[in-house]
Amino acid sequence: MSAFNSLKPSERMKIPRQGSLEQNAGERKGNFLEVSFGFNEERAQIEAARCLECTNPVCTEGCPVGIDIRSFVQRILMKDYAGAVQTIRQANSLPAICGRVCPQEEQCEAVCTLGKKHEPVAIGKLERFVADYEMTHNLFSPPMVETKRDEKVAIVGSGPAGLTCAAELSKIGYKVTLFEALHAVGGVLRYGIPEFRLPRTILDLEAERIKAMGVEIITNFLVGRTATVDELMDEWGFSAVFLGTGAGTPHFLGIPGEGLTGVYSANEFLTRVNLMKAYQFPDYDTPIRLGKNVAVIGGGNTAMDAVRTARRLGAERAVLVYRRSRQEMPARLEEVHHAEEEGIEFLMLTNPLRIIGDEHHVVTSLECQRMELGEPDDSGRRKPIPVAGSEFSIAVDTVIEAIGQQPNPIIQSTTSGLKTGKRGVIITDDRQQTSRPGVFAGGDLSRGGATVILAMRDGKQAANSIHTYLQSVQLSTVDITDSMTG
Amino acid sequence: MFRIIQKERLASTITKFVVHAPYIAPKRRPGNFAIIRVVESGERIPLTLVDSDPVAGTITLIVQAIGKTTQLLCSLQEGDSLRDVVGPLGTPTPIENHGSVACVGGGVGTAVIYPIARGLREAGNNVYSIIGGRTSELVILEQEMARVSNRVITTTDDGSLGRKGIVTDPLREMLDDRSLGISAVYAIGPLPMMKAVSNLTRNYGVPTFVSLNAIMVDGTGMCGGCRVTVDGTMKFACVDGPEFDGHKVDFDELIMRNRSYTELERLAHQRYLQTTLPEHA
Ligand SMILES: Cc1cc2nc3c(=O)[nH]c(=O)nc-3n(C[C@H](O)[C@H](O)[C@H](O)COP(=O)(O)OP(=O)(O)OC[C@H]3O[C@@H](n4cnc5c(N)ncnc54)[C@H](O)[C@@H]3O)c2cc1C
Ligand SMILES: Cc1cc2nc3c(=O)[nH]c(=O)nc-3n(C[C@H](O)[C@H](O)[C@H](O)COP(=O)(O)OP(=O)(O)OC[C@H]3O[C@@H](n4cnc5c(N)ncnc54)[C@H](O)[C@@H]3O)c2cc1C
Ligand code: FES
Repeated sequence: MSAFNSLKPSERMKIPRQGSLEQNAGERKGNFLEVSFGFNEERAQIEAARCLECTNPVCTEGCPVGIDIRSFVQRILMKDYAGAVQTIRQANSLPAICGRVCPQEEQCEAVCTLGKKHEPVAIGKLERFVADYEMTHNLFSPPMVETKRDEKVAIVGSGPAGLTCAAELSKIGYKVTLFEALHAVGGVLRYGIPEFRLPRTILDLEAERIKAMGVEIITNFLVGRTATVDELMDEWGFSAVFLGTGAGTPHFLGIPGEGLTGVYSANEFLTRVNLMKAYQFPDYDTPIRLGKNVAVIGGGNTAMDAVRTARRLGAERAVLVYRRSRQEMPARLEEVHHAEEEGIEFLMLTNPLRIIGDEHHVVTSLECQRMELGEPDDSGRRKPIPVAGSEFSIAVDTVIEAIGQQPNPIIQSTTSGLKTGKRGVIITDDRQQTSRPGVFAGGDLSRGGATVILAMRDGKQAANSIHTYLQSVQLSTVDITDSMTG
Repeated sequence: MFRIIQKERLASTITKFVVHAPYIAPKRRPGNFAIIRVVESGERIPLTLVDSDPVAGTITLIVQAIGKTTQLLCSLQEGDSLRDVVGPLGTPTPIENHGSVACVGGGVGTAVIYPIARGLREAGNNVYSIIGGRTSELVILEQEMARVSNRVITTTDDGSLGRKGIVTDPLREMLDDRSLGISAVYAIGPLPMMKAVSNLTRNYGVPTFVSLNAIMVDGTGMCGGCRVTVDGTMKFACVDGPEFDGHKVDFDELIMRNRSYTELERLAHQRYLQTTLPEHA
């Protein structure tokens, strides 16, 4: 079998999946420090030894960016951690982030051969282990740029899609400028995902690396308002533009009482806490208003982050209200598990009807209705149907809605020739080309709410497409000048 | 960083700043605002872009010190910098020639209405302005408003300047005076004032535009914190506004919502005063 792994497959299968080291639930529900510490070297070694080193490594097919998982796990076994992280970096430039936030249980780990009879290899935790090793041992060196190119490319939005596209293009040698509307880079990684899942030092480090590669970062620049895409191309001299502005506009349920004090969108709540550091009020100036009884509506990662954040801010009762059942919850499994440990209540098959307030217009309760599951709907999940006469209310002083987002319309409405689809997403082909020549898009902006890794995949694909596009433009201008002079 | 080029005190609590912001300056339109952050630990607050100079690359802000952030801002000097300024934000005021318009500014709202009055004047309107404040000191930009108006009436609650009373009194007279032919009203100031103006003009059937000072965070449509109810539907003041049809705005809801953080704001303010006052004393 393998030169590195002396164990027979049957022996490997006997090793139990290693759990990661974690901050104790009682303690962590009062702080914003990272919950999971990941693997130490010993656990990483044991876990890596579980890999069956399949001749047909299906895990790589399960990875949206096709990381050569078998090789990097083998390198871990050889204790070649630098080599392991290099292997990952060939396909994924943000391993410390993906190791922490990817839904591995739906991707690589879902298809892992070991997982058919036993538990799958903890690929995500292994990825994180080598990425952290690279950080603590200062092993990262910026990639060499072979050819410097004259063309300028504008990247709009500094989420994972924009960051990846910027890094890839600057590797190819282009002059890259990254425009970000907020005062800090990172997109959802900055304002949405909390510190306790993704420490900001990691994000800051990635931003520094991108700058070190020569990418110019301009924050406080809202494309569409400060300058339009057309202006960037016609007046600012950008030859191509990548749009990675995400899906940041929050949905509201549209039920009575959403104007009451104490009702937040998860975006506002998380932005106040994460981007503006409201949890450090009054050392930081941005306030947050949080009661003792908090209901969060939704079942995705955003809802989970909001409810766990509320708990950390001192909510005695933090309830997740979701209209489908546990199985349908789109949140990462690890987060659901952590939330339970932190004492989050799960109110499943429950649909909010209205939010009730007192004479000061402040939330006092949430009226709900029980649901039951019917036939599968468009999404393939069983459709929740109301149970007649099942109305009840829960006493709450804060309601946080985390029921989805859609792209911000500012760019679409100020750019000529951009085709948009359902819920305002920008339509692209499979090479991330939009309907407008020279303009590319990806991430949540074209997918309407997806994942970090898919945003990165799009950013990388777009970088390659932009390169092809700019080379073809260059060729055709050479043709024209030739024919004019000839 | 955005350098303060010029600072001028307009009243004891109201300060005008000219700030270097070269990307924003050429793009500003009447009705636009910016979101600023004074320091790294600061909050993001919206301020109207009162004016701009595209050649010099500067914008003008007029700030009333009412709480921690605005006081901190007003304590900055020429040569200091603001940490962040993003803009121009919001949907610009549609400037049309209505014939004759009334522009009503209350307190620092006069700073917000000034660029709009100027735009309306440049578009050929007769501009009749009413500017008010609690007391004479808080009536600002009288000369600037006079330059872009056919007539300016000032009011103060205490009668220390101009007419004693509130802005709706002279407005009612203007609307009653058919010879003026006022066919649109722009009113910007404290919410109760805008509500009173809207209630008044509704009886006259005169279209009325108000600028809603909802509490904002990002100012780009990303948080929904600035949501307001207009004509029964939810709008985001930072992108759909800040200007809306005053006859359709749910003012009471907004007045309540704007009190969301009163206690916390007071706390932040007290702490700020404790840390700064001893030095000044
Ligand atoms: C709370 C939360 C938790 C999540 N948890 C997970 C998770 O655990 N795992 C996972 O895989 N996915 C998770 N997701 C989804 C994931 O974060 C997104 O799919 C991903 O961030 C999309 O990346 P993006 O680059 O397309 O856009 P974003 O990350 O949304 O970044 C877009 C950036 O563009 C900026 N921008 C917008 N408009 C403009 C403009 N006009 N001009 C300039 N800049 C602009 C925005 O300010 C923002 O910084 C989560 C999402 C949320 C909200
Ligand atoms: C579109 C718009 C344009 C504005 N233009 C101007 C202007 O040109 N000049 C001026 O002096 N003021 C302007 N304001 C009001 C200004 O933003 C507030 O006075 C300022 O945020 C108060 O902050 P503070 O910390 O000093 O006071 P605080 O004590 O924190 O708050 C005092 C009151 O200000 C409001 N407020 C607080 N935080 C915010 C926030 N983040 N966003 C909006 N309102 C808030 C609340 O009603 C609060 O009760 C504008 C507001 C809006 C929405
Ligand atoms: S301020 Fe956040 S959406 Fe308007």
